[in-house]
Amino acid sequence: MIWWIGLLLVAVVVTLLVVRRRRRRVRPPVLVPERAPMPEILVEEVEAPPSLAEEPSFAQRLSSSRSLFDRVRSLGARSELSEDQLAVVEEVLLRSDVGVETTNAILARLAESGAPDGVVDALRRELRASLDRPREVRREADEGRIPVWLFVGVNGVGKTTSIGKLAYQETQAGRRVLLAAGDTFRAAAADQLTQWAERTGADVVRAEEGADPGSVVHDALGRAQAREVDLVLADTAGRRVNSSNLIDELAKIRRVADRGPGQVVETFMVLDATTGQNALSQAREFLAAAQVSGIILTKLDGTARGGIVVAIERELAIPVKFVGVGERAMDLVVFDPDVFVDSLLGTSG
Amino acid sequence: MFDSLSARLEKVGSSLRSKGRLSDADLDEALGEVRTALLEADVELSVVRAFIAAVRERVAGENVLSSLTPGQHVIKAVHEQLIEVLGGAALKVTYAPQPPTVVLLAGLQGAGKTTTAAKLAQWFKSQGRQPLLVAADLQRPAAVEQLRVLGAQIGVDVFSEPLDPVTVARTGVARAAQLGRDVVIIDTAGRLSIDEALMEEVRSISRETNPHYTFLVIDAVTGQDAVHTAKAFHDSLSLSGIIVTKLDYDARGGAVLSARGVVGRPVVFASSGEKISDFDLFHPDRMAGRILGMGDVLSLIEQAERTLDPATTMDAAQRMMSGAFTLDDFLNQLNQVKKMGSLGGIMKLLPGVNKEMRQAAANVDDSQITRVEAIIHSMTPAERANPVIIDGSRRTRIAKGSGSSVNAVNQLLKQFDQMKKMMRQMGQGSMPQLPGGLNKMAQRMAAAQASRGEALPEGFDALARGMQSAPRGATGGPKGKKKKGGRVTPPKGR
Ligand SMILES: Nc1nc2c(ncn2[C@@H]2O[C@H](COP(=O)(O)OP(=O)(O)OP(=O)(O)O)[C@@H](O)[C@H]2O)c(=O)[nH]1
Ligand SMILES: [Mg+2]
Repeated sequence: MIWWIGLLLVAVVVTLLVVRRRRRRVRPPVLVPERAPMPEILVEEVEAPPSLAEEPSFAQRLSSSRSLFDRVRSLGARSELSEDQLAVVEEVLLRSDVGVETTNAILARLAESGAPDGVVDALRRELRASLDRPREVRREADEGRIPVWLFVGVNGVGKTTSIGKLAYQETQAGRRVLLAAGDTFRAAAADQLTQWAERTGADVVRAEEGADPGSVVHDALGRAQAREVDLVLADTAGRRVNSSNLIDELAKIRRVADRGPGQVVETFMVLDATTGQNALSQAREFLAAAQVSGIILTKLDGTARGGIVVAIERELAIPVKFVGVGERAMDLVVFDPDVFVDSLLGTSG
Repeated sequence: MFDSLSARLEKVGSSLRSKGRLSDADLDEALGEVRTALLEADVELSVVRAFIAAVRERVAGENVLSSLTPGQHVIKAVHEQLIEVLGGAALKVTYAPQPPTVVLLAGLQGAGKTTTAAKLAQWFKSQGRQPLLVAADLQRPAAVEQLRVLGAQIGVDVFSEPLDPVTVARTGVARAAQLGRDVVIIDTAGRLSIDEALMEEVRSISRETNPHYTFLVIDAVTGQDAVHTAKAFHDSLSLSGIIVTKLDYDARGGAVLSARGVVGRPVVFASSGEKISDFDLFHPDRMAGRILGMGDVLSLIEQAERTLDPATTMDAAQRMMSGAFTLDDFLNQLNQVKKMGSLGGIMKLLPGVNKEMRQAAANVDDSQITRVEAIIHSMTPAERANPVIIDGSRRTRIAKGSGSSVNAVNQLLKQFDQMKKMMRQMGQGSMPQLPGGLNKMAQRMAAAQASRGEALPEGFDALARGMQSAPRGATGGPKGKKKKGGRVTPPKGR
């Protein structure tokens, strides 16, 4: 039962030894930046020589990466793929944040199956197969219960904005929507959600900063019941996934939302399309803590391609359900895998 | 999958150790591993290529030290190159002779600009400055309100008006001058680099306010897009530096290298938490270690330094190594460790610890620890000091007292005994066979420590020596590469 404690203690011993030595050598430990004399110099170091070997050609490299997608298109039909072709495919995938592991898996399959109708088609087929899962959005709860959509994600990915956008869509579709300001942590988070409620005509329940998010959700369900609301959208504070306290708190919020009159019918993990490989760890942790049922991929209106969702869908089977394409209320669309794959490959339009 | 680079490189070409020079095939293989590691750390592909080329050059000319395996040789070169790229040409911030010194923050939506603005203000305050915050993010609902709340928390005034962002910024700077504030920090709305209208807006904010310093705020979890963004903002605003946020996430943070590489301007500050105080100057060595998967050790060490009581822990450590460790010590130790955070969290910071072990630790919750504590608490002081006296009937009593099974008590005692043995062995300088990748971990800690140019402590040294592939050459640490002092460049002309 406790073999991990032994491990931990060994780790602590090692740490202590290191710390002890450091204390001896670096003394006194500088914890706060020292107050510098005036005029002050924050960082003082000599200039080092330019460090990246091929820095000057960077702009070229970037523009060449753009024409890369054209190169993909021009690759011809072959039953066997050449090294060159595979290299181009690899580059496209890596540059879209698909990740090394998934990229290698796709390359292996391509090398095996060949490309009788051309590389683009083969690649598209392969990507499309990775994204082949049901994506219905659940709006109905069991008889007599209120459906709740819960929004989770790390800081700044677009949870609150996505709630605003969905509140707009749902109210437009004639449903009564209530927003629960479950982010009681970040300064002015409830104000932000309240402004979205005003914009969209949804109802909102909020509490003071620092209040228990669970009780906000609880109150929201009470109000929803009294007012015969059709759908509750619950915001949560942005949180990193490598803190068990924060993740536990989220699990608790979900339990509260899924109790009594409430029933969580969707838990959306909101994911910023600019995110790299850390998105996998986000998805894994949020899935475990809050049973994520779908992803909202935001900021696809930017230059990022959001390829990491291919890895997430393959590995964790969490479907992307919506896509954020701007900051206005209408800038949210249902995820379409074909369109997405085309945009990954640069073959759209 | 998250196995760190050093582990991968251990495998490369170890048979060719004696040749004295890396063969091309060796080098290709090693650099292939470096490439994968960098890509997994989210370094952008072009930056990876340029970086690899630079490392190749660095390695090719040199003779391989006989004390290093080819893998270690490469990792040393990689580490040095990382430090050079991340740390080179550091920024010198000076204050304008004619105050206020204007600081402009820009970046994508959700990067953390508003929080960073407040943190930066607090930092300037701690430097004896009197900053004014200007809220020019009129785009996102309640962004101004957010900055006002943060400003109130740190006692810094926040200026804003419901006008257009350019006017707000310009008026804000004028207001600071009137009020006699010597630093103005302008928070702007998040914007996409391809949003021409908004990029033009931030350009005119820049024109109107003539900032001495323009920082790009970039999120440490950013992927390949980092170069597009950094380049576009640099082209538009001519950045003076980069501020990286969310370093408290478990991301490797390769985006920092990408942005640094493409912009060619230094990373100046690092933000590592939601609290205002989680903000500091950027440390290139820490970031280098992190990208290589060794940096977590450093943050573990720091966390330990912050939270552990040095006197009692040192004492306990000594007793552990001498074999005089008691269950009371164990309890104390457990309490100390709990202060550092969750076990799963700490375990995540340990490099080289394998997946099963990590998962097991992640699954440990407080109730399990409480159960172990309850068992120990149900023992008499004599039993805790000398567990050997705990016989069958005592076991039954303890189990009853703590509401657990005799089996659980047995297990705890057995494992405690094993642990003690293991530690004594370590204290005597031999390396016990540790479970779950712990040997690797110890080795990795050694490498991290050495990468900081610090010698290893005695006990640890023994630990490293006891291992087959311990980074022997690393124990001496790389030669001091710290370049200090030098020129002070004046602030950018206005
Ligand atoms: N361009 C673009 N910006 C978006 C999109 N979705 C959200 N944003 C912006 O991203 C920023 C952060 O969005 P929020 O909704 O505040 O994010 P959050 O996850 O609620 O943030 P915290 O509550 O602070 O963790 C805001 O400036 C939004 O306007 C999108 O699809 N495209
Ligand atoms: Mg929010």
